Amino acid sequence: MRVTLHQDKCVASGQCVLAAQEVFDQRDEDGVAVLLDDSPPAGAHDDVRHAAAVCPALAITLAES
Amino acid sequence: MTDTLTDTASGTGREPGYPIDRSPHCPFSPPAGLRALQSTAPLRKVRLWDGSGAWLVTRYAELRTLAADPRISSDILRPGYPHVSLGSLERARRQTSFIVMDDPAHARLRRLVTAPFTVRRIQALRPAVQELVDELIDTMLAGPCPTDLVREFALPLPSLVICRLLGVPYADHAFFQRHSAALLNRDSAERATEAQRILTDYLDGLVAEKLVRPTDDLLSVLATEQVAPGLLERRDLTAIAMLLLVAGHETTANMIALGTLALLRHPDQLDALRATDDPARVAGAVEELLRHLTIVQTGLRRVALADIEIAGQVIRAGEAVILAIDAANHDATAFTEPDRLDLGRDARRHVAFGYGVHQCLGQQLARMELQVVYSTLYRRIPTLRLAADPAGLPYKHDSIVYGVHELPVAW
Repeated sequence: MRVTLHQDKCVASGQCVLAAQEVFDQRDEDGVAVLLDDSPPAGAHDDVRHAAAVCPALAITLAES
Repeated sequence: MTDTLTDTASGTGREPGYPIDRSPHCPFSPPAGLRALQSTAPLRKVRLWDGSGAWLVTRYAELRTLAADPRISSDILRPGYPHVSLGSLERARRQTSFIVMDDPAHARLRRLVTAPFTVRRIQALRPAVQELVDELIDTMLAGPCPTDLVREFALPLPSLVICRLLGVPYADHAFFQRHSAALLNRDSAERATEAQRILTDYLDGLVAEKLVRPTDDLLSVLATEQVAPGLLERRDLTAIAMLLLVAGHETTANMIALGTLALLRHPDQLDALRATDDPARVAGAVEELLRHLTIVQTGLRRVALADIEIAGQVIRAGEAVILAIDAANHDATAFTEPDRLDLGRDARRHVAFGYGVHQCLGQQLARMELQVVYSTLYRRIPTLRLAADPAGLPYKHDSIVYGVHELPVAW
């Protein structure tokens, strides 16, 4: 799985961090999401899919291999 | 089949009115009439208080699609916008915050205030919130029984928290709580407009003070770092302060009181919640209560910027759109047995905080406060019970945000 985060779209809801803390974080200065791991391990895939599904700004896209 | 508002604007008068009254016997679920509309189509035309028409979107999938569509505008000053009540436009002409603006203005202003609401910053506040919750419970237990949970606990907690965060003196709470409630009331335009004026004057005075004597809070930071060097107009900061103050306590307060009422009416669920030490189960319970109760009861107001085809219909440019998040959170295609409160279900996909770029800025704060409350209140007071007939409770049918004005409880 390849994860792409579009920071320009992010509205800092924090939904991705709640869903997959090991893959997403937020910048301290404005809460914009940060991608920690663009090819997360299989064990995190469900959480990452959930993060992409609940992102209100459609800022996370996934390419499943 | 396509069908547009203009086809029927000449007045067949067949469109149902919106909002729809809730059944007095069913205080937690969305109005039966709203569910009836949902069962016929994902979206359909309704008639609003001023006789204007709007597309009411009631199904989960279509609601999410439209909420995230950049052709759907939140600009309250745009012609065709479905105002919630008389006086809404007049108030918007005096003051607007980013919640009713489109990008790029919305994004610029929202981003100024996102830092204190990140998951990490909110988690750092948890011990202080736990302390406040414990203190409020101590005070309540030391006072008369029965008492009003709204006045003694549900309203003071979020009010104290948002006051500290913004830098608003809590000593003024009776004053701004009264005016915040008036601002959200749909039935009295004059009173809401007066409340806007009074709160604006109050917060503008506060911003002026922060400019001269800044303290360690969000309004001081924005006053000194944004307003003083001319990056942000003072009136914009006042509008932001108003939005955060009103949204910060009215919503969470209603979730605490209505959530407690719902749990007291579902003792098996309450027992399970009380028994758990697992933070993930408490967090799951919060999401389910947010979904089940969806206290924003008059929909998210939008207007189409272009023709949009969806679910076999065409929303024309300039037509009003209302996203009924309460209906969407009770859509059986998205949530199995949606009217059943089930604290064990995975409800995290709910749209109680909205969806799209306007999704609630304070959602992490609300979640954390509710997690602390729901994991503490019923453990500290295991005998907590309702001290009134639930059918006779003063429900907030007249407000944009649903809840109860009072919740008499005993222990």
